[in-house]
Amino acid sequence: MDLTIIQIILIVIVAFLAGMEGVLDEFHFHQPIIACTLIGLVTGDLAACLVLGGTLQLIALGWANIGAAVAPDAALASVASAIILVLGGQGQAGVSSAIAIAVPLAVAGLLLTIVVRTIATGIVHLMDAAAKEGNFRKIEMWHVIAICLQGLRIAIPAALIVAIGAGPVRDMLEAMPSWLTDGLAVGGGMVVAVGYAMVINMMATKEVWPFFAIGFVLATIPSITLVGLGGIGVALALIYLALTKQGGSGNGGNGNTGDPLGDIIDNY
Amino acid sequence: MAQELKLSRRDRISIWWRSTFIQGSWNYERMQNGGWAFSMIPAIKRLYKSKEDRAAALERHLEFFNTHPYVASPIIGVTLALEEERANGVPVDNKAIQGVKVGMMGPLAGIGDPMFWFTVKPILGALAASLAMTGNILGPILYFVLWNIIRMGFMWYTQELGYKAGSKITDDLSGGLLQDITKGAAILGMFILGSLVNRWVSVAFTPTVSKVQLDEGAYIDWDKLPAGSEGIKSAMEQQAEGRSLSEYEVTTLQDNLDSLIPGLAGLLLTLLCMWLLRKKVSPIVMILGLFVVGVVFHVIHLM
Repeated sequence: MDLTIIQIILIVIVAFLAGMEGVLDEFHFHQPIIACTLIGLVTGDLAACLVLGGTLQLIALGWANIGAAVAPDAALASVASAIILVLGGQGQAGVSSAIAIAVPLAVAGLLLTIVVRTIATGIVHLMDAAAKEGNFRKIEMWHVIAICLQGLRIAIPAALIVAIGAGPVRDMLEAMPSWLTDGLAVGGGMVVAVGYAMVINMMATKEVWPFFAIGFVLATIPSITLVGLGGIGVALALIYLALTKQGGSGNGGNGNTGDPLGDIIDNY
Repeated sequence: MAQELKLSRRDRISIWWRSTFIQGSWNYERMQNGGWAFSMIPAIKRLYKSKEDRAAALERHLEFFNTHPYVASPIIGVTLALEEERANGVPVDNKAIQGVKVGMMGPLAGIGDPMFWFTVKPILGALAASLAMTGNILGPILYFVLWNIIRMGFMWYTQELGYKAGSKITDDLSGGLLQDITKGAAILGMFILGSLVNRWVSVAFTPTVSKVQLDEGAYIDWDKLPAGSEGIKSAMEQQAEGRSLSEYEVTTLQDNLDSLIPGLAGLLLTLLCMWLLRKKVSPIVMILGLFVVGVVFHVIHLM
């Protein structure tokens, strides 16, 4: 698909927003489901990009910046793969190869953000100097510049892919044999597990594992939707919290040590 | 003191909005310090008038700071309360302010990460993704709107809470309500994760385990059906009676696994991934590896 000038400008703006959010993590313009949909919206290829966004979102579910650790970069992965999907012009059939391209891009984006975060170290020293003068404007300016650098981090690669153009991208995608694209689709179905595993590793305690089991078993009933499962989950959490409280206050009310057998022995 | 210095509601709204950009100049030396100072500027402008005071305030807010970006809000609130006291002549020194910041950022990050990154985001994300994958535009809209309402509401509410409670907030946070929320979120999160693993991790083995010829009457005998639409009607009726469509019953490896519980292979794969993660295998390596496995298994007709 060939793009007009206005579409290209809009793509670069979306990419810029996604890049900013890649570090801010606030509005979530960098999440695949938002970024891919926006790219689809401005290029007119909404349906395919929506499916790509949803699929990538499931893969990226557990990607999060924790502490100083930087997660694989959803921003570059979603923006670049969506542009490639649009340029390739294969529609929804191209989703699985776009995803396979997205993963190495997530790594590339990760390296880029590390570079920008290192540059920001220099910027902070400029802020120190501005602070000594009590200069608010300068500190604000440097902060905004740092944010814009993160935006450019995605906007520039996005512009480059658009510059390469539809022809070469389409040739590259069409050169992929069907056993490869089908195989990648099979792999895509399994890759989701990595994201879940990351999340589970962070949350799991002995206390909450049984709830995982209940969720797993209930999900085998196809007529319960995800919203329905959410309702059951909230109810279970509330019941559990209420019950643990009751146990606690019951013991407190009796004024004993929470050891009924010990009390019987003491009173005997 | 002639007049007490006080932060207006507008100042606090402006600080709340600026704190959205707290990670903007994230750097490897002092992490969120630039964004923190950027957020505090409206307060410093209101509370300090002389150039020396302002410079000193800016410098003390460019110290190291790093936490989950949303739970920075209650810390900002407390710091605002402390700065207000200090500007009004109460002896609050730099150490006290930095102490509060550092003291709160660790434990609060421990609440923010599981709550937002590992509960709200996976749940909303999975819900929205499942809609988007069927081509429903409500998916991304729902995600964007709900996420930002929850985030902005949380940030404003906790910043105000911190500002009003001052340094006492640590008592409120460590006990009671917030602990319940964290635990409740973990329960809900694990429950949803269990169902997501079942629904969305797709591992399908294609090899045929057995092929059994069915008895007469157990399958639809296509040659004996009446012609035309009568035949279609009859075939559908027979199928509704539980007859098989072909005369062979094909059982794949996947059917065998599913008869234990559907999604078992996905569960085992997830457990394997967890184990690999604990062995410090990089998630990127695992993702690329799974794509390779997918292609190889597909080529040898295992999947």
